Amino acid sequence: MKAALNPSRRRVLQAAGAGLLGSLAGCATTRSGPSAARVVVVGGGYGGATAAKYVRLLSAQRIDVTLVEPDPAFVSCPLSNLVLGGSKAMADITLPYDTLERTHGVRRIRDRVERIEAEARIAVLASGARLPYDKLMLSPGVELMWDGVAGLRAANEQGHILQAWKAGAETTALRRQLEAMRDGGTFAIAIPETPYRCPPGPYERACLVASYFKAAKPKSKVLILDANPDVTSKGALFKRVWAESYQGIVEYRPQHKATAVDAAAGLIKFEVQDDVRADVMNVLPPMRAGAIAVQSGLANANGRWCQVNFLNFESTAMRHVHVLGDAIQIAPAMPKSGHMANGHAKVAAAAIVAELSGWDIDQAPMLTNTCYSFVDAQRAIHVASVHEYVAAERTFKSVAGSGGLSSAPNELEGSYGLNWARTIWADALA
Amino acid sequence: MDSPHARRERPGYSGPAPVVRRLGERPMQWFRAVFQLCLWAGAASAALAAGSADDLQRARTRSLAATCAQCHGTDGRPAAESIVPALAGRSGADTVQQMLAFKAGSRAATVMTQLAKGYSDEQIRQLAAYFAAQK
Repeated sequence: MKAALNPSRRRVLQAAGAGLLGSLAGCATTRSGPSAARVVVVGGGYGGATAAKYVRLLSAQRIDVTLVEPDPAFVSCPLSNLVLGGSKAMADITLPYDTLERTHGVRRIRDRVERIEAEARIAVLASGARLPYDKLMLSPGVELMWDGVAGLRAANEQGHILQAWKAGAETTALRRQLEAMRDGGTFAIAIPETPYRCPPGPYERACLVASYFKAAKPKSKVLILDANPDVTSKGALFKRVWAESYQGIVEYRPQHKATAVDAAAGLIKFEVQDDVRADVMNVLPPMRAGAIAVQSGLANANGRWCQVNFLNFESTAMRHVHVLGDAIQIAPAMPKSGHMANGHAKVAAAAIVAELSGWDIDQAPMLTNTCYSFVDAQRAIHVASVHEYVAAERTFKSVAGSGGLSSAPNELEGSYGLNWARTIWADALA
Repeated sequence: MDSPHARRERPGYSGPAPVVRRLGERPMQWFRAVFQLCLWAGAASAALAAGSADDLQRARTRSLAATCAQCHGTDGRPAAESIVPALAGRSGADTVQQMLAFKAGSRAATVMTQLAKGYSDEQIRQLAAYFAAQK
């Protein structure tokens, strides 16, 4: 059909179209419609990237979205334990942000937010730039509380004891430490008390390091030193894997709350239990909401996590600021996961688009969570849940009868786990 | 309720296409076409601002559908070479049937038997109609 249009007529139509769009835009700015609105998203992880895309999508590109993220690319925490195990490379879990810009018209600024001027509704960047917003979506992830374990900050800064809990350079560095370790050595992972980012993550990491040891350094050990009284997620499944696949390699010790480290001596010290010596130490300190949330006074639950209104994820401490992902004070049975952060972002995006469009916001939002943990390079286990907003209690609760776990580790779920990652990355970024 | 809903899912994008296709040779038809485009766009824009009942329902259903997107892709369109099926464009009757079978446990699955139990039959019908209308 287009072939039938001659060039001059095509120009007429294009000119008319351009004029039309111009007049629409002009018209829209004269009323307080969504085209006038500005949303600033802080943090480009699972929550923030999804939020940026979905505000654009749900507003039919009428709302202006700026994403503030210092890193040049998205690096996935999910699957990063496969890099430690050696079956994936950093390139496999690193994705560009440019589709978000090109396809969805999100403006990206490589910077960090220094402070929030709540009354004026301005986000002030480290560069000094001031970004006015109608709604601020804050997805700052977690901050590691180094001072929760004496000596840990210095040991980390010197590169002796790594966290690799924020996937990136430390993931690569920890893999190198494991490769350099002698056969017969010990890798120790210390887990903080809940809540922390990614409840099953430490146990998955133990499995994948053990699978590497089993193949490459069979005399080596993996010690799991857990501040909690028991495995915090997928417990029966993980214990079965340790017994069946990693007998003699993995040892699980509950109620081991790390209080101090001595990097030079290779020691981890505990509140009650005896010191533990290890060759490679991965000590995870307690966690709280990302620094910008804490500094801005948004962490109003124990000074660590941000309370939100679960209908729109607006902070209970600051109007027009919506907090997403691991930084929030969770609802019952709501894990701090990438999948959940993606869900938070969509509920918040829909509520923000509704509010800025003059619609009533959805009073019955839903969330899902599907979390795969790899037990070796091929096999995975999952936990899944569905959460509904319960108006009477103003929180999300698991839908009765829904959700559950794998019956056993299997390769089908391993391929679903990899597929989940590819799909959620595209859902957030492409 | 499936069919009227299905036709309404993408009004903004299907609107101008027939007008463009009808374009003839004479200038007056061009102006008429442009005028129709304006009317359509004006209506679409007013509808977004005012939030008609249909728009509101569509937005709600789209948000509900977004709870499937982490595994099935945005609007039911999965990533390339996905081993999880696309939901976009699938017949509404088929999606309802499969979801109810997962929910009842009569169809086996690793995860879907657990997730399907989290949705009411009415939500399943809304989701199925939404995905059926996606191309």
